[in-house]
Amino acid sequence: MTEITEQNEVSEKFVPKPSLPPPPNTTGAIGWLRYNLFDGFLSSCLTVLSLIAIGFMCVNFYEWAFAKAVLEAANRQECRITPTEFGTCWAGVKFWFTRFIYGRYTDTEIWRVNSAAIILILWMIPVWLPRVTAKLNIALSGVLIFPFLAGYMFLGGDRNWFMEIMVSVALGCFLTAIIHSLLCLFTGAGISKWIIQLTGFSNRSERLHKFPVIVFAVIIFLLSLFLISDVTFKEMPNNLWGGLFLTLVISGIGIASALPAGILLALGRRSKMTVIRVLCVAFIELFRSVPLITILFMATTMFPLFLPEGFHINKLASAIVAVCLFAAAYMAEVVRGGLQAIPKGQYEAAEAVGLTYWQSMGFIVMPQALKYMIPNIVSNFMGLFKDTTLVSIIGLYDLLGMINAVSQDPSWIGLHHEPLFTAAVIFFIGCFAMSKYSQYLERNLGAGNGR
Amino acid sequence: MNTKTETESNQLQSAASDEVAISMSKVNKWFGNFHVLKDIDLSIYKGERIVICGPSGSGKSTLIRCINRLEEHQDGDISVNGVTLDSNLKNIHAIRSDVGMVFQSFNLFPHLTVLENCTLAPVWVRNMTKTEAQEIAMEYLTRVKIPEQAEKYPGQLSGGQQQRVAIARSLCMNPQIMLFDEPTSALDPEMISEVLDVMIELAETGMTMLVVSHEMGFARRVADRVIFMDYGEIVEQNTPEEFFANPKSDRTKLFLSQILSH
Repeated sequence: MTEITEQNEVSEKFVPKPSLPPPPNTTGAIGWLRYNLFDGFLSSCLTVLSLIAIGFMCVNFYEWAFAKAVLEAANRQECRITPTEFGTCWAGVKFWFTRFIYGRYTDTEIWRVNSAAIILILWMIPVWLPRVTAKLNIALSGVLIFPFLAGYMFLGGDRNWFMEIMVSVALGCFLTAIIHSLLCLFTGAGISKWIIQLTGFSNRSERLHKFPVIVFAVIIFLLSLFLISDVTFKEMPNNLWGGLFLTLVISGIGIASALPAGILLALGRRSKMTVIRVLCVAFIELFRSVPLITILFMATTMFPLFLPEGFHINKLASAIVAVCLFAAAYMAEVVRGGLQAIPKGQYEAAEAVGLTYWQSMGFIVMPQALKYMIPNIVSNFMGLFKDTTLVSIIGLYDLLGMINAVSQDPSWIGLHHEPLFTAAVIFFIGCFAMSKYSQYLERNLGAGNGR
Repeated sequence: MNTKTETESNQLQSAASDEVAISMSKVNKWFGNFHVLKDIDLSIYKGERIVICGPSGSGKSTLIRCINRLEEHQDGDISVNGVTLDSNLKNIHAIRSDVGMVFQSFNLFPHLTVLENCTLAPVWVRNMTKTEAQEIAMEYLTRVKIPEQAEKYPGQLSGGQQQRVAIARSLCMNPQIMLFDEPTSALDPEMISEVLDVMIELAETGMTMLVVSHEMGFARRVADRVIFMDYGEIVEQNTPEEFFANPKSDRTKLFLSQILSH
């Protein structure tokens, strides 16, 4: 020990060498171009060829989309730019656009679809606001209860007692979420804190705090029940639903149910209980090995044959169930992959502190695993969003179905390319938004644990 | 630190009572065909501090992991605080919440802050309110000397700090027995002492401790009994003085000569 300190005293002082600039033309724009595009003869040739090809395509696209565009026309025949040649008939897209979005939904009732969408957006916005607390509750209530409200708004008609209750609960949750978010934004304290304070429970034991909150929930429920009691919407049977609206309904329900169902299936597949494991494996393997279109046909044409006579199943409902089952099977494998990335020590530590199976899954394993799964989950969601176009084959008028229908309309017969291009743009916007959001999520959730 | 504890050798006063905390009789366990634990008979008294050493693969980790059923024993009886460990989930949870465990690789929950790591189990297993749990957590974080890190994530801490958080996390459950599975083996040499210091302080409070460790200085200073295991058997157990001065079996002598040779 003493020897080392003596050596240190006689050793020289270390001065690092100064950093020099890099060689010229290896950094900046010129360096990038040289390195990536003109790195040798072959590379330069390929670059030039590619530029020519891209330029050619751009010119052609411009000619198709803009130069030959016909913006005003009452039918396909008016879209001719010369007696023999059709122009690019954007007028047709314009004419049918509302139908692409809402299908055959009655024009005067479209506001219902729009307001349901706005309600969903308002419900979900607080999840992205940093000042709002209890985000998980808001998001969960939105995913689990909103479908009942939306379902009624879309479908209309008479409500039975179950729908009456669920719609009021949904409305109550929505109101609570909005009030809560506003309180959080402007006062910094959430709704439950306010209730506890206003009722004077704040100086009582923490265990009693839930009672005024429960009372408030009941009041809000009764209020919503009262609010909706006189409101009934005109019935819009779901064979009128269509277009992007229908695509979003099917894929939305599929996406919302796929993750929880996938988690349960994945846990079941890893279960030590043989019966559960075998059932889960059988389900997953069956639905993963069959094309979605087959499942859709099974659900809508084969399945009704097994039912007793006179028993009718709605086509849309069976298509949605089929999509959900298919998506759940795929999601289960994604979740299982994520679960395998969690080190065994995490399970052991959770067990060792006495957490139960579901607690350790919910608090320890899933939050970490879901983070690893985000890219795959979002890929799955995007796939599902696009796969729902298959329902057009079983005769539902989703976005693609609507577009096919347009091309068969007598006065617009043969109008294929422009609507398909429009659909491509719509799908691209949806998928690109999902992809960007998943990247944002990954970055945000990655914060704070550089393990 | 190592050299210091060895030279000082100021043995702690034994806190062992004659009340049995853990008793194992004829415990056997196999991993497939591999017989890891062979007829283990062991009684551990309340307040007793035990250091278990032995070559790798000798079954020492498996032995302590059987106590909170992270591993299931296939034969024999284990009872902890009078509760017999069997497949009854209720008993297992009861025992786990009374037995703290510290792992070689810390196993903190990386997605939770240090404070949340410490309050999660008290809130959900002990049904404490959040504020109660936080007060207790801060108390233990102060005891392991890192209260200022409470809001950080485990990934932002050094190994020694993480292991101290892991100890605090276990203590927050107010356990009666603490199990340490090679708590310092994954640490850089300069961080070992900060963890051992915390463990020594814990020993001074009279906690029942089972420590799988090769820190012989720690064993000498803290242990009431040192157990040497090899091939799934308890080869020798004795007080640290006797164990290091007059090992009886030649296997122990060989092990000690290898471990203390430098």
